Amino acid sequence: MKIELTVNARRRSVEVSPDDYLVDTLKKLGYKSVRRGCDTTSCGVCTVLVDGDPIPSCAFLSVRADQRAVTTVEGIPETASALAEEFGQTGADQCGFCNPGIALTVHAMQEKESDTDDETIRRHLVGHLCRCTGYQSQHEAIKAYLGDEK
Amino acid sequence: MKKKTFKTVNTQFPSVDGKGIMMGRPAYTDDFAPVDALTIKVLRSPHPFARIASIDTSAAEAMEGVEIVLTHKDFKRNPFTRAGQGYPEPSPHDKFVLDEYVRYVGDEVAAVAAVDEETALSALDAIDVEYEVYEPVLDFESAKGHDSIIHPEKEVYEMFPIGFDPERNVAASYHMEIGDVEQTLAQSDVVVEETFYTQAQAHTMLEPHTVNAHIDYQDRLVLFSATQTPFHVRRILSQTLEVPISRIRVIKPRVGGGFGGKQAIHGEMLAAAVTLRTGRPSKLTYTRQEVFESSYTRHPMRLNIRIGSTKDGRLTALDLQGLSDTGAYGEHALTVYMVTGSKVLPLYNKVDAVRFAGDVVYTNHVSSGAFRGYGAVQGNFALESAIDKVADKLGMDPMALRQKNMILEGETSPIFEVMGEGTEGTAMDMESCKLDYCVKRGMELIGYEEKSPRREVSEHKIRSIGGAIAMQGSGIPYIDMGAATLKLNDDGFFNLTVGATDIGQGSDTILAQIAAEQLEVPLEKMVVYSSDTDLTPFDVGAYASSTTYVSGNAVLKAAQQMRSRLVEEAARSMQTSPEAIIYEDGRFEAEDGSPGIDLGELATKLYYNEDQKQLTTTGSYYGTKSPPPFMVGFVEIEIDRETGELDILDYVSVVDCGTTINPALARGQIEGGIVQGIGMALTEDEHYSKKGKLISKDFLNYKIPDNYTVKKLTTEFADSYEDSGPYGAKSVAEIGIDTPPAALANAVENALGVRIRSLPITPEKIVAALKESRTDT
Repeated sequence: MKIELTVNARRRSVEVSPDDYLVDTLKKLGYKSVRRGCDTTSCGVCTVLVDGDPIPSCAFLSVRADQRAVTTVEGIPETASALAEEFGQTGADQCGFCNPGIALTVHAMQEKESDTDDETIRRHLVGHLCRCTGYQSQHEAIKAYLGDEK
Repeated sequence: MKKKTFKTVNTQFPSVDGKGIMMGRPAYTDDFAPVDALTIKVLRSPHPFARIASIDTSAAEAMEGVEIVLTHKDFKRNPFTRAGQGYPEPSPHDKFVLDEYVRYVGDEVAAVAAVDEETALSALDAIDVEYEVYEPVLDFESAKGHDSIIHPEKEVYEMFPIGFDPERNVAASYHMEIGDVEQTLAQSDVVVEETFYTQAQAHTMLEPHTVNAHIDYQDRLVLFSATQTPFHVRRILSQTLEVPISRIRVIKPRVGGGFGGKQAIHGEMLAAAVTLRTGRPSKLTYTRQEVFESSYTRHPMRLNIRIGSTKDGRLTALDLQGLSDTGAYGEHALTVYMVTGSKVLPLYNKVDAVRFAGDVVYTNHVSSGAFRGYGAVQGNFALESAIDKVADKLGMDPMALRQKNMILEGETSPIFEVMGEGTEGTAMDMESCKLDYCVKRGMELIGYEEKSPRREVSEHKIRSIGGAIAMQGSGIPYIDMGAATLKLNDDGFFNLTVGATDIGQGSDTILAQIAAEQLEVPLEKMVVYSSDTDLTPFDVGAYASSTTYVSGNAVLKAAQQMRSRLVEEAARSMQTSPEAIIYEDGRFEAEDGSPGIDLGELATKLYYNEDQKQLTTTGSYYGTKSPPPFMVGFVEIEIDRETGELDILDYVSVVDCGTTINPALARGQIEGGIVQGIGMALTEDEHYSKKGKLISKDFLNYKIPDNYTVKKLTTEFADSYEDSGPYGAKSVAEIGIDTPPAALANAVENALGVRIRSLPITPEKIVAALKESRTDT
């Protein structure tokens, strides 16, 4: 079956099976930043935004994306680039496999939350497992990024 | 100690690739899979121990879209080890690409390559296997001499003596004694004897094991692999599949974490075999379940320790004897176990006698292998837990006991000479050791005087402090070699190509910083590429805490040579002698004040105008010692005496890793290690069913720390300089993981008076121990 969606503000029309997941459909369309980490919606690596909300694309059926707006990290270069600067200052840029997903969640949080205190940041980011950093350097970097953006 | 005025090293720079990776640019192995690559899926054993009595693949092979099905019948019986070590390997050659025996639930039975994943999975279902099921060995303490022999095949062998005795299920064995331990213990005023257990821990790097293969236009086999050891992969593929090594190219793209898990060979053999036999590109990506079930874990161990002391707290003897579970295959069996002693026991170097011994046994569990800490974290848990027991028995403060006995700058330990990794060791003095400063500073940062050992904060809640010290190494002397090549380009920028393997730890960045420091150019003039077996020089890879020290020294040598070559060329251009040249910050000046020249101008002239030539230099390095980094870890916990639940309020690390080449990345290594160690200490555990099937094979059943686990991390570095290291640096990658298990166990005992001797330290175990202590009293 065919679905129509926008990916990073570009209209796409794509043939999918009813049991295809969005992560695989996006990979087929060439969005390489969308990667698999776990298959159980536990790790956050495959995060994309659907109509502005972060979702794990490994458990989101592609058919549900029909007529909706999908954003991958390729669609938010300013956020990703500015956030990378801050990650570089705290030592949070290690293996980077989780970083595109984190950038998308931070982007969505920024749109939604007026007050991004420590607890708000932790609550939004809790779905992103990281095995490299110990989290504190990421947290500091995200906080610095949000501070700079204000 | 050399003068420390640095321009580029000891400075915080963002990783050279951090921005591109955050922006989602193609970087990892799967990003480079050819679009027409066959998808490989592996049929895995449902039994912990069985022989494949018959296997029928005809239905699978007949399916449309199935290109090839491989079973043990398709491979010569040519045993290898997946360990991913130098040559000859200190691990037994006990693994076949595919074998007629399966030795754990998840072991490889057959592989299918098909046009897509769906077809490959359907083909797996169509393979008909009959198993002859054997009694598995599921308890490592009864493995030695068990009726079931896990490796009965005649072809397995050790490359040199490692105590390999497969008929008794022993993969490796080790014994050493310095002085007379029994006699010294008998004469000691106080003897503490304890037994500890450590568990299987999973690496859970977020990028699963991934490989893709194709035959290139020169008819060569090219692999992209998420590996820590591309040169070892090339060698082991060549030896095992009997393909000339000159026909193989292994490219390591950016790797999404490894922690030792990607030191080994995983999907490479099957991908290479599929592509060699079909001529078609192929790819193999482990599912998360396969990462848990079919790669390898940390070696679980039982460690029996005895410590002797005089009544005034001078330690007299250390005796550490244990048993290690290597699972189905013996990857790193001997070397991990040796590190359990060799990078732990020298912490207390002034004892009169020390012994270390034990067996590493096969079981029908998931294999064990290399994992950050590599035995040291297991040994540290036993030693540093037992040291607190000694202090308790002596009525002494545990940190005072450590300060009285621990290794100091200028000292040595006889263990360094006796124990290496798989072989004899190398004697060395501690030319840089600020452990005394680390302990003192750590006590200040955690507020030891006010807070230790415990304070009641409410009816149920107690806060307490626990501490531990640790050491590691910096590469394996006389074995690990790294090399680097520098190439001068026009306008005076450089390509730095290194065999060293950046897997996320930031080695590309810190190696570029070392070269930029020596050549006095800004970091952006140093363009770095790592780990392509055709295009970069050799390096053993990312393991044994070797990259900063070994590969960093290679980079420094290449840069020193480049610097003198540049001075010679500048002198020629300026018509003076090299001795008369002063080079600083990218400009050459003559002592006599005659006109100077910029590096960029000189480089362009060398390409196009004057005595044209390409300048390249190559440096290679192997260590003649392995200077240990040192650290102290202190944890402050708040624990509920009714439920056993605990919160980590602060984890203080003070680390001597010599000069930090990049303080932000060094912090990242320490904090990442600390939190992995906290996971090992508190929550992470591989659970098996009674029938030997792994239950914890996803992130729902295997709990790693998240961003709520630790309230605060406090990380500092001692002012230290290792003369033999590049710009004074030692390693920093592994040591962070060592202290949390013992520090947390010590904090729990300080809070509640119960000692947890098996990891992880769960609320259930704490509550059970409390109940038991109430019954006892």
